[in-house]
Amino acid sequence: MNTLSLILRQVVNGLQSGSIYALVALGYSMVYGIIMLLNFAHGDIIMVGAYAAWFCLCGFAGNPILAIIAAIFVCVLLGVSIEKVAYAPLRQSPRLSLLITAIGVSYLLENLAQLVFGAGAKSMPSFMPTSTISIGSIDVSWTAIITLIVTAISMAALTLLVKKSKMGKAMRAVSEDTGAAQLMGINVNRTISFTFALGSALAGIASVLYCAAYPQATPTMGSMLGLKAFVAAVLGGIGSIPGAMVGGLAIGLAEAMVSAVGLSVWKDGIVFAILIVVLLVKPTGIMGHEIQEKV
Amino acid sequence: MLKVDNINVYYGAIHAIKNVSFQVNEGEIVTLIGANGAGKSTILKTISGLLHTKTGSVLFQDHNLKSAPPHRIVEMGIAHVPEGRRVFSRMSVEENLEMGAFTQPNDSVNAAIEHVYERFPRLKERRKQVAGTLSGGEQQMLAMGRALMSRPKLMMLDEPSMGLAPILVDQIFDIVKELNQSGVTILLVEQNAQMALSIANRGYVLETGRIVLSSDADELLHNDAVKKAYLGG
Repeated sequence: MNTLSLILRQVVNGLQSGSIYALVALGYSMVYGIIMLLNFAHGDIIMVGAYAAWFCLCGFAGNPILAIIAAIFVCVLLGVSIEKVAYAPLRQSPRLSLLITAIGVSYLLENLAQLVFGAGAKSMPSFMPTSTISIGSIDVSWTAIITLIVTAISMAALTLLVKKSKMGKAMRAVSEDTGAAQLMGINVNRTISFTFALGSALAGIASVLYCAAYPQATPTMGSMLGLKAFVAAVLGGIGSIPGAMVGGLAIGLAEAMVSAVGLSVWKDGIVFAILIVVLLVKPTGIMGHEIQEKV
Repeated sequence: MLKVDNINVYYGAIHAIKNVSFQVNEGEIVTLIGANGAGKSTILKTISGLLHTKTGSVLFQDHNLKSAPPHRIVEMGIAHVPEGRRVFSRMSVEENLEMGAFTQPNDSVNAAIEHVYERFPRLKERRKQVAGTLSGGEQQMLAMGRALMSRPKLMMLDEPSMGLAPILVDQIFDIVKELNQSGVTILLVEQNAQMALSIANRGYVLETGRIVLSSDADELLHNDAVKKAYLGG
């Protein structure tokens, strides 16, 4: 195989994993935008979504649509409940308390999953077409193509929702100025719940796409995925929706390129190297807003 | 219409508002004047539900607002134009107006927006523009237009003249008068006591969290103590 097709193949791989990072990063970014919380339990919501998909695939003869619906449903329910039970009572507390709580919720979910499903991996029955199709000089798997399409549709729907719908506009208003939004008659608690629901729904979609690429579920699968998506959100500019999309794809491509040049041991390392560089050079990320301190 | 009865508001251990009582009758312009830090904004925030009083009550058309969340209070007909305008700077002028109509039925929003554009033609010219790029005067107009979108019975304005050139201050106060004539009751907080008293029916003077004087606006304008403290001689 020549170098060009090797690179192209890695680009496809990068876009595939980048799409998943982007979907997860959106959840981080939207939640940060609205309550200034780095929701470190977000990755573990994906883990729970993966178990939901696994449960559904084993029970319902591998129907991927049902699996996606089940994963979205479980993730939304879980995300909104976590917000109500763990974060809402801390609305007036210092942000550090909220962050520590998020880390606590993350450990709680991982250990609960271990208790219920055991520490070993549950392997997914295959639910995507395993064939490939030739595009130019390379073979692309249907899984990659479906991942890209589903991600593109999800992002377009999200963008439309946030730009045009009443709740989407309320989200933007609350994330810019919560106090002023309250004076408009916006119910802030409901808007926050809505944001968690939206982020968790994307996490549900991401969990199924992730399982299509790596067909197993483990209690800790969400932590590395979550951390990388967090880096993607920071790279794009935390709080920015287009930023999370761009950041996710960039992280996926960076990983794939490192593998392409034969340094796949450094695949994880490069992601965190990017985080350090972003924090040193441009902490607001590619598309982040300058943080304005009010005087 | 609005009856504030013996409220006490704290920021942590700081006792910011001490036994304050006053009322606003339907159709009036009432102003709260006082120096920076006297507690004017705190009182408005307490009425709109952003802050809470430990004692007493806030009655609006005989409903107690004490435990109502801010969005319920907007629904009851109180609009609050906050200090520093606080327009949503990353949203367009029109989106800002839509946010003001959040409690209103969807089918009435377009007509209400047109109504605001009639009153503020400048906003119509800039309808697609991001609010952060507007001048201070335009932002104040947007903040007031946005508040009108909720069809308020009572509008509370916090320092609408702050940071504006004198000619714009005149304009803003003219608009406040017009709004009042069109049937909106006004509670106005100002450091510019001269201007505020010149359009108000009645005024209350606030000093370090207490009301120290209350009277007709004309009388306050000619009161020696008020002149000395707030009107520059």
